[in-house]
Formats: sequence, C-alpha cells, structure tokens
Amino acid sequence: MAKKSKTLNLNFGPQHPAAHGVLRLILELDGEVVEKADPHIGLLHRGTEKLIENKTYMQAVPYFDRLDYVAPMNQEHAFALAIEKILKIEVPIRAQYIRVIFCEIGRILSHILNITTQALDVGALTPSLWGFEERETLMTFYERASGSRLHANYFRAGGVHQDIPGLLEKDIAKFCDNFPKIIDDLETLLTDNRIFKQRNVDIGIVTKEDALDYSFSGVMLRGSGVPWDLRKSQPYECYDQLEFKIPIGKNGDCYDRYVCRIEEMRESVKIINQCLSRIPKGPIKAPDGKISPPPKKELKESMEALIHHFKLFTEGYRVDEDEIYTAVEAPKGEFGVYLISDGSNKPYKCKIRAPGFSHLQAMDYLIKGHMLADVPAVLGSLDIVFGEIDR
Amino acid sequence: MKNLNDLEKKINSELATKINESKITHNQLYLKIDHEDLLDVVTFLKINKDTKFRQLIDITAVDYPEKQQRFKMIYLFLSHQHNQRIVLSFAINENEFVTSLTKIFPAANWMEREVFDMYGIKFKDHPDLRRILTDYQFEGFPLRKDFPLTGDKEVRYSETEKKVIYEPVKLEQNYRNFDYQSPWEGTKYIRKEVKKD
Repeated sequence: MAKKSKTLNLNFGPQHPAAHGVLRLILELDGEVVEKADPHIGLLHRGTEKLIENKTYMQAVPYFDRLDYVAPMNQEHAFALAIEKILKIEVPIRAQYIRVIFCEIGRILSHILNITTQALDVGALTPSLWGFEERETLMTFYERASGSRLHANYFRAGGVHQDIPGLLEKDIAKFCDNFPKIIDDLETLLTDNRIFKQRNVDIGIVTKEDALDYSFSGVMLRGSGVPWDLRKSQPYECYDQLEFKIPIGKNGDCYDRYVCRIEEMRESVKIINQCLSRIPKGPIKAPDGKISPPPKKELKESMEALIHHFKLFTEGYRVDEDEIYTAVEAPKGEFGVYLISDGSNKPYKCKIRAPGFSHLQAMDYLIKGHMLADVPAVLGSLDIVFGEIDR
Repeated sequence: MKNLNDLEKKINSELATKINESKITHNQLYLKIDHEDLLDVVTFLKINKDTKFRQLIDITAVDYPEKQQRFKMIYLFLSHQHNQRIVLSFAINENEFVTSLTKIFPAANWMEREVFDMYGIKFKDHPDLRRILTDYQFEGFPLRKDFPLTGDKEVRYSETEKKVIYEPVKLEQNYRNFDYQSPWEGTKYIRKEVKKD
C-alpha cells in the first residue's frame, strides 16, 4: 500500500523576528522539508512612486531615505545622479568625495546590520550587540553631517546640502583606524564558528546562470562568482580614481555571501581612508543659483539670492524633457531610478528599481528542498529590507 | 562589441524590420519596437553572442491618459559581458494584453505582477498574475494618472465591530494640489536665448 503524503501549509510572518520586517511567507512543508514558498509582500507599501510624481524634485529626496532605511544616502545618490545627468550639472570635487564617504559609510552600516542579524537568525546573539555599537558611531557621523541619524535628506542634485563640520573628517579617520579591528573581532566570532558554518555552508546555493536569470545584483551576484560591481564597471562620481578590490565568492551559498560582505566592509574602510586623504577644500554644491539654494548669509544682503531662494522652495527647479535610467551600487545590489521628466518641476514618472525585490522573488527557487530551519538563514543572507521591496 | 554605436548598427541590421526607432543618449541605447515583436527581439538580445543581454533589470509602464495608446511599456536590460544597457519600449492600448517574458527571464514574474498591480496591464501566458504590492482586496490601479493621491479607501479599527474595517476616504479638507509653477517665465524666444548661453 502506497503511503499517502500530506503537505502542511505554514504561515511564516507577517510579524516574525526572523522575517526582517513584514514578510508573509506561505510555506508548503512535507515534514520538515520546504516544497514551495510563496512570499506575500506589500505590507509596507506606501506608494512612494505615486508620491514622488506629486512632489517637486527637491521634495522627493526624503522618500529615498525611507526605502532601504539602513543605508539611506546610497539611494538619494541614485536620484541625485539621475537629475544631474539630465540637467548636465557638474558636481564640485569636494561634494563628490563627501558623497562617496557617506555612501561607503552606508555600505558599512548595511553590512554590519545584515551580518549580525544573519548571525542572530542562526543563533548567535553577541555579534549584533558588538555590531550595533559601531552602527551607532556611524549614525552619529550621519547626524553631524545632515542633522539626523537615519533619514538624512542630505544629497542634492549638484552636490550635498551643507558642508561637513571641521572635526568630522578627523573623527571618521579615527573610526577607520579602529574599525578593521572590530571586523576581526566579528570574524573570530563567526567565520570559523562551527555552528555558524553548519547553518550556512551549502545552504541556498545560487549558480552563476541562475543568479543572472533571476536579476540578482550586488553581493548575491558576486557571491556566485560573477565579477560585477557598478562602482568598477560603470564608475560614477570619483570611484574611478579610487583603489579597491571586489571580493567574489566561489560556491554561491549563504556562507560565501557572508564572507563577501565582511571583505566589502574592509574595502569600504580603504575607500573612506583614500577619500579622507584626498578631499580638497571648496564648494559643496553646484554654483548655479537656479538649482542650488543660496547660502543663508546671502539672503539678508542679496536680492537675487532672496529671489532664488523663494523660487526654489516654492516652485522648485524644472527638469528638461528626458528619460534616463541611472543605477548605483547600493549595499544590497543595483539600486536604480528610471526617471521621466516632462519639463515641469515634478517628475512625470519615477520608477524605483530595488535590488531586494528581485532577490526575494527567488525565495521559492532558493529554499525548495531545504529544511524549515534554513528559511531564516537564507532570508538573512538575501539581505532584504522591506522599505525598498514594498516601496 | 564594446561600442554602443556598433551595437546599434548590429541590432538594426539583424532586426531591421522590427526596430522602429533607435537612439543613444546617456550612454544607453533606446529602442522602440512593435508590441508583436517583443518576444523575438528579447530572445535575440539575450542569446546572440554579440549582445548577450543576460539580465532583465526591470519592467515598468508609463501612463499617458491623453494619448490614443495609453500606456508605454518599458523594459531595461543589462549585458554584463559587454557592459551595456538597453531600454526597450513600445506603446499599447488600455485593454491590450502584453506577452509575458517569464519563459525567457524568470525574474519577469514579479516585475509583471507589479505592472499589473499598479497599471492594470494584463500579461498573456503569465503563470501567476496576482496583485503584489497592494492590499488583499484592493481595487483600482494606483499609478494610473487618474487614481487620486489620497486613494479611495481608508482603514481603521472599529470599536463597535471589534475589527479593522475599510471605509471610503473622508478628508476634513479636500486634497489641495498647489501649482507653484510660475506661468511667467518670459517669452519663449528669451528662454531659448538664455539656454544657448
């Protein structure tokens, strides 16, 4: 007599600590083996794209902070670059370096969070306690430059909102001296840890071909051995003048992706150090008064500055009719903005390409045949943040 | 095939009848095709050794309510091998079906679901065309230009019914869309002069 097999449907989430946000995952289980995973997303949908269509270009920037909220400035960057390319604005060198420094700080912020929570998901508590201390320091840097720890609203088309305070460069340099030691400490906890390895090695393997077919980018792609990083292959800002390596995985499993992230943090520290040694003094936004607001001091004295200020904060600036796709290498992968402007002061359409969206889509492919306990491990290594997936 | 101009020539010669318009701006190749040729063109771009556009970056649509063909579909491709990007687009009518790309690129699955969710564009041969980002019993298509920014329904917990209920949006004050755009920008020929400088 043949044995009848019965599958069990399990509802994982929408509120689950290992779901990294509001993910509802409907799992079809045969015993403890996952047969099918159907992620239901959209529980954090705020209609960002619709809102951006109804705001001026400058008012749209804060929405980008709220996408991937662990690395906010990287996303503002994509939007700023899109406008700059359409308007053909040159960004002053100092602003370019400031942007790169803060993008790399964002990368470290995001990778610390991901590595330590991935460890937390598979049972290690200490890394997250150690890592969050460093995150706090980094967020203080954000605060000192932009005024807020998370939702920075700092990058503008043509530069950044304001110059960084004098001592900040020194403090960031001090952090960069200490941080490699912290990464070493994290590694002693995890890299050779038997339990961490048992939970991650050979779990969630992605082949090169599948990584391409599923539109993976960032660490998900590099972990599978595809040497692709937009900072190298399609350099934007001043990345082409900086020296750094692109770590690449071999097996495409969760463990390789973890190692890639660790190495990327070390490279980010190198990039920040190079930027700090090269950063010149000078202006931090494009001189064009039609796009960058005038300094506060001038408002009291110059009529023209007053007019520019008034026009910029009511009407905003107009962007010529054009369409463009710009992408940056955000910590999670290729973050892109497809911007259609119609010559008015508001974007006609602004499609946001979030890397996590494609990664989570492959959940069914990644988890099929694995055990239920591997679901958090795979989810952790995907590095998903629902702010950007649900938009 | 490092150069975008070479790529443009190659595609135009191989797919001569299928490409309606091609141009290179912002270091990307923009192609306009006919709706019917979508599968052929995409298959060619993916497989041909000189193009090798192995990755579908995104699919999206744009709503132009005043145009006869209301929607414009946009497909973004990336070739890692040649480090090039292509933007493919075509126009469709409101009730037209678009051929699904899920057979060629599995990643198209959710992207097409999103376009369906946001614009109500239906895809032929899609394995699982459900809404994706909006709420479970949502009605309407949010990214269409005629969908109100405030939405139609609002959600609250009802103390009397002891559950979360949906009701039509009530606004204390109508949503006011201020038009800050200055109508006075000087006569057109002056604006042109300014631009030249």
